[in-house]
Formats: sequence, structure tokens, C-alpha cells
Amino acid sequence: MKLLQQSMDPNQKRAKAVDRVDSVDTGVASFDSTRMCPFPDEVLERVLSLIDSHKDRSSVSLVCKDWYNAERWSRRHVFIGNCYSVSPEIVAARFPRIRSVTLKGKPRFSDFNLVPEYWGADVHPWLSVFATAYPFLEELRLKRMAVSDESLEFLATNFQGFKALSLLSCDGFSTDGLKAIATHCKNLTELDIHENGMDDLGGHWLNCFPESLTTLQVLNFASLNSEVSFESLEKLISRNKSLRVLKVNRNISLDQLQKLLLQAPQLSELGTGTFMQELISCPITDLKTTFSNCKNLVTISGLWDATSLYLPVIYPACVNLTFLNLSYATLRSGELSNLLQHCKSLRRLWLLDTVGDKGLEAVGAHCPLLEELRVFPADPFDQEVFLGVTESGFVSVSEGCPKLRYVLYFCRQMTNAAVATIARNCPDFTHFRLCIMNPGQPDYLTKQPMDEAFGSIVKTCPNLQRLAVSGQLTDRTFEYIGKYSKKLETLSVAFAGSSDLGMEYVLGGCPKLRKLEIRDCPFGNGALLSGLTKYESMRSLWMSACNVTMNGCKVLAKERPRLNVEVMKDEGGDGSEAHKVYVYRTVAGPRRDAPPFVLTL
Amino acid sequence: MDQKRASLNLFEDLDLETELKLGLPGISGTDDQSEIKMSFSGNKRSSSKMGSNTCTDEIESTFSPPTKEQVVGWPPVRSYRKNVLQGKKTTSEMGSGMYVKVSMDGAPYLRKIDLKMYKSYGELMKGLQEMFKCIIGLYSEREGYNGSEHAPTYEDKDGDWMLVGDVPWEMFISSCKRLRIMKGSEARGLGDSL
Repeated sequence: MKLLQQSMDPNQKRAKAVDRVDSVDTGVASFDSTRMCPFPDEVLERVLSLIDSHKDRSSVSLVCKDWYNAERWSRRHVFIGNCYSVSPEIVAARFPRIRSVTLKGKPRFSDFNLVPEYWGADVHPWLSVFATAYPFLEELRLKRMAVSDESLEFLATNFQGFKALSLLSCDGFSTDGLKAIATHCKNLTELDIHENGMDDLGGHWLNCFPESLTTLQVLNFASLNSEVSFESLEKLISRNKSLRVLKVNRNISLDQLQKLLLQAPQLSELGTGTFMQELISCPITDLKTTFSNCKNLVTISGLWDATSLYLPVIYPACVNLTFLNLSYATLRSGELSNLLQHCKSLRRLWLLDTVGDKGLEAVGAHCPLLEELRVFPADPFDQEVFLGVTESGFVSVSEGCPKLRYVLYFCRQMTNAAVATIARNCPDFTHFRLCIMNPGQPDYLTKQPMDEAFGSIVKTCPNLQRLAVSGQLTDRTFEYIGKYSKKLETLSVAFAGSSDLGMEYVLGGCPKLRKLEIRDCPFGNGALLSGLTKYESMRSLWMSACNVTMNGCKVLAKERPRLNVEVMKDEGGDGSEAHKVYVYRTVAGPRRDAPPFVLTL
Repeated sequence: MDQKRASLNLFEDLDLETELKLGLPGISGTDDQSEIKMSFSGNKRSSSKMGSNTCTDEIESTFSPPTKEQVVGWPPVRSYRKNVLQGKKTTSEMGSGMYVKVSMDGAPYLRKIDLKMYKSYGELMKGLQEMFKCIIGLYSEREGYNGSEHAPTYEDKDGDWMLVGDVPWEMFISSCKRLRIMKGSEARGLGDSL
């Protein structure tokens, strides 16, 4: 997404533009010289209001002043990929009529504890501005933001028509905040709480939904641990007939699930509770019938503790499934195979590596339409145990699933040859994230670095948008990446590279690069500064535990005032090293809320 | 090293030359092998009966993996998922599964089995033999596993190492914390001292 154009005056009124600034050569001369307001602004706005993609809208806004204005008045949803790239005031000034906001905060590596607590990305300043600018705000989607209970209460009480809240990977709040949302948002359609660092103080929040609430469409509390009142939940479900997404937490038993599904056969996405029960009160066939009555079901997740005992009850629903999330079910290959035979329409599949290579063979055999596969490690930190999946499982999937576009694969061994085969079988990869869990591990058969593996991916897959590399890698990998991946937008690198050249190759190539995150690589100031002219066209750069120094960062900051160059101070060290560096473009200037350990240079 | 090679021939798929190293690159192979060898508490039996070079005199109640600092934030698994999986381990012991680690002398990697999958010692032995491609042989109360190449032992709740088969099955699965398949020669020592 392009930066807001600072040359455009955001306070430009909606006057019919007699004078216009053609900042872009449209190539249509008649439009320039003979324009006599061919159609009113309202019409232009109406037309533009049909454009949803924010990339398209950015392009539209650059055509001319008229279009810039029409676009900003007609925009209803704003997407802010980095909350510090812009300020809430600037957003509110440019876009007067926003109803829906998506806001992302911390750098992605905060998911893995690389960003200290209290780093920032507080949502509250945004809410304060929005309360005045967008009192009719309906939707708020936050990712990696710091959210307090006070903020949630503020949100619930200051926006009368508020409808949809989604919190993903956020932290700082508790179930008390959810109580406020449930209590005050009379028109709530969506409450989606997903994998946050939150305090679960109990399930009472669910009781706060008023009896009058009947508009709920999405309810996801799968990641909350405390038990909720089943009675309240059942009543809530039964009166919210528009509910299409329901993801309950692990405490909900099979018996209870049965009752819920009887009330909500219209669901299209279901997250079950625990799928193991010593004794269920109804016959298993009843459960099976209930599932077969859910004709709209396309997604199933949850399935905690599922075994071959109860898995068959979902078989009737499997025929229509497009997304199956088994990443919390420790299934073995046999159980998976039996299940997948019923899942011919599957497009997306998430698994635990307990299924092994044999399980992945079953994937290749039964899911020809598969586009996305994620295999998570069941025992990522247990270094003694050698279980999980290997290169052969991945190859099996690639052989049976030529439409694969998105893969996230955790494994403990890989070979260059296998990846080359996989690339040949699946040239449509857009997202290739391979995590060989032992840092810096070579091809286990040839003992060579894994350079050729990623080389084959970038050479064979022209649509590659996102790449995560691992294993032992020399600068050659990055030479390949820089040379061949024309559409690459996101690159994640860890424990790789031999010298500055590696990073320089990437920054010198990859014309579409937006996000670069690097940890534990031997890239220094030379590499950092080679991207001087590139960083403003990117969203952000993260470098931690590399060889960058404060001096290098200072040079970058000096040369590029429109970048924020932030260094996170380390406890030890002599102060000359820049242990964690976060660089991002911004129109909002340096952060005013930076904690003491964040230095903006 | 030779002893190791002999037992590793049981693993047809494993090529010794290409074994996965558990250490960071740069650590030499031989160092790894010696670190992977298991050590265990010898406080109930005299160490001389144990013989072989697997035993150290230090009292270590856990198998010691090669020393390798846990790298922060690696592998890149999100905290939520991490916590759910750790939580799973405890509930699975109480609830639906009873996973214990199984090691075999001479094998470089541990395995994990779910004791609840087996209904009797016979089934367990069958499972272990299939998993490790070894012959465990028959158990007799008096002789233990004498006469066979390998003997299965387990660590009980008190931290003692016992011969598998001495106690009723139900008692066994509730007290077994981990399994070790010992070389027959060493196990004889165990049987004698009981």
C-alpha cells in the first residue's frame, strides 16, 4: 500500500474541481483539456464505493485530485499494516467516513518473544481519536496490538453501532474487557477472540450478552480456557439464528456440542470442544446425524483429543469441507487416513506432525484439490525425540496435490533434492515457509547447504509472494532470491547467510519486497545501508542478533528522515551493538510513546 | 563405537554416515555420540554390575541430551500453540493417552509410546519389538529376561529402575515413567539384585 501522499491537502473540500493537479499521466488527453465536470462528484464516489481492495483504492487516489477526494470520501474500510506508519489524526483527517478499521501493531517476531513487554502498539490513542472522528465505527480488527480492558470498555461505550470485534495475537486484556463488549454492544455481529496473550479470569463474560441480542454471526472463544455456562451458551445460540461461525473452547463436551449443533444447523464454520468423552449420553449415531444435518459446514476446527473413536461422527460433514484444522488433535497416520478419505473437497488442511510421513501420504492420496497445508510440530522444544515428518512426507503431498499454493512445514530433516521435486510438482506456490527446526542444519544426505532447495523454489515458482528459509544457507540462497523472486513481498530469515552480500542480494533484487525480517545472521552495517533507497518502499525491516552497530543505524536514520530507525537496547553489551533493529517508513514522525528501551535514532 | 554400530544395524533405514546430529553445526560427530548415551541414577544398584561405558558415576536422574542452549523464539511456534501443547502433555497423561519415552541402548533417538494402547505385557513387548526391531524374549519370574538379547526396564514413580513384568499390568502402567531397553548382559544384573 502506498504511503499517503503528503502533497495532497487532506482538508481539500469536496468542491467541484475546476483546477486539478494531474500528478499522474493518465494518457487520456481529452480528460485534461476539455473537462467540464463530465459527471458529478457524487457519481464518481458512488462508482468508487464499489472498489474494496485497498491497493486499488490507493491507485485510484493517485489519479488526480478529484479522484483522490472521491476516493477518500467513499472509503469505508481502512487497513493500516503498521500502526506507527501513520497517526490516528492523519487517518481521521483524510478519511472522514470510515466504518471499519484493521490495525496491526508489533513486528511479527513478537509472536516468538523477541519483542520485550510494553514495547507499544497501544490501541487506546486510536480509539480516542476514532470516538470523535468515527462515532459510527462498526468494525475493528486488531493484530498484535496492546489492548487493555479499559480500551475495550471505552470501545463498547463510545461507539453506539459497534458490531464486530476481532482480536488476534493481542495482549494486555482480560475477560473483564470481553464482559464490557458483551454488555454494551447491542448490535454485535462478531466477537472473534483468537490466540491472544490475555488473562482468562473466568467464563462469566458469556453471561453478559443480553437476552435481546439476536444479531450474532460470529462467535469464537476457542482459545479461552475457562469454562462458560453451557446454559447461557445454549440460549445464546438458539436465539441467534444468523450465527454462521461458532468456535467453542475445549471445555465444551461432545454431549454439549450435540445440543449446540441441534440449535445451529446453519453453521458454516465450527470449532468443536473436546472430542473425547468417556461416556456420551446419546448414541454415536445421533452425533453423526447431527453433523450430517449441518449442510452448510465448510470449516471444522478444534477437535481436541480426537481419536478414531469419535472422529467418524464428522464424516458426513466432510464431503463439503474446504478447511479442516487438525492442529490441536494429536492424530496418527491411520486415523488421519480414514478421515481424509471422506474429505475430497478439502482446500486447506492444518495438521500436527504426529501424523507422520504416512499421514502425509494419505493427504496426497485423498485431497487432490488441496491448496494450503500447514504442518505444526507437536514437540518443537523436545530435542531428544525424533518424531514428526520428514522430506518424504512433503514430497508425497506435492505429488498428490499439484494445486498447492501455501505451505508451512516444520520438520527435522530436509534435502535439496526433495525440495526441487516439490517445486517441480507444485509450481504455483505463493507462500513457502519451511522450518527445519535445528538451526543451520544442512541437507542431511549430502551434507550440503540448503541453497539449492530455495533456489529451486524461487526459480520454479514465479508467483512466490512469501518465503521463509531455514537450514544451513550461504549467500548463494540470497543471490537466487534476489535474482529470481520478482513478486516476493515477505521474507523471513534465521541463522543463515555468510556475509553482508546475502542481505545485499535481496535488497538489490526483489522489487516487490515489503517486509524483511532477519534474526541471527552475519549481516552488518554494509548490508543494512545497502537498502538505503529501498526501505521507503517497504513496510518494515527487522534485524536482531546480527552484526549491525549503532553507528550503522545512525547513518541510516540520518540519510532517511522519513524512516523510523528504532534500536531496542539490550541489558548487557557495550552499547555499540544494535541488538534489535526495527526500521519502518512513516508519515507520523518518531514515536511519542516509545518506552525507555526503544531508541529512535 | 563398535558396539554402537552392531546395534544400529537393526535400523535398516538409518545410514550411520548421515545420522542427524543433534548439536549445532560444527560440533564433531564423536562428541555427540558420547553425549547421547544415556545415564541414569545408580543409587539402588552397584555400578559395577552395570558394566559398560554407558554409566557415569554422577547421579543423573534424567537422560542428558547434548547440551545446546535453548534458542529464544526458536523454532518459531507461537506462544499460544506452545502453551496448548505443553498443557496437552499433562492432560494426556491423566486423560486420553499415557505417553512415555522409550530408549534403547545403542539407538541414537528416543521414541514415545502411549501405554494405553496396550492391554498387556505381551502386546507391549510386541509393540516395542516392532518399533526397535529387536528381540526381547520371554519373561520368567525367576530368570527375568535371561537368554535374550535385550531386556526392557522401566523407571517407576520412585525413580527406581525395575524389570518390566514384575508387577501386574495395571500397576505397571500407573507407575511407569519411562522405558529403557537394556542390553541383555546388563539386565541380568538387575534381575539378580531384586
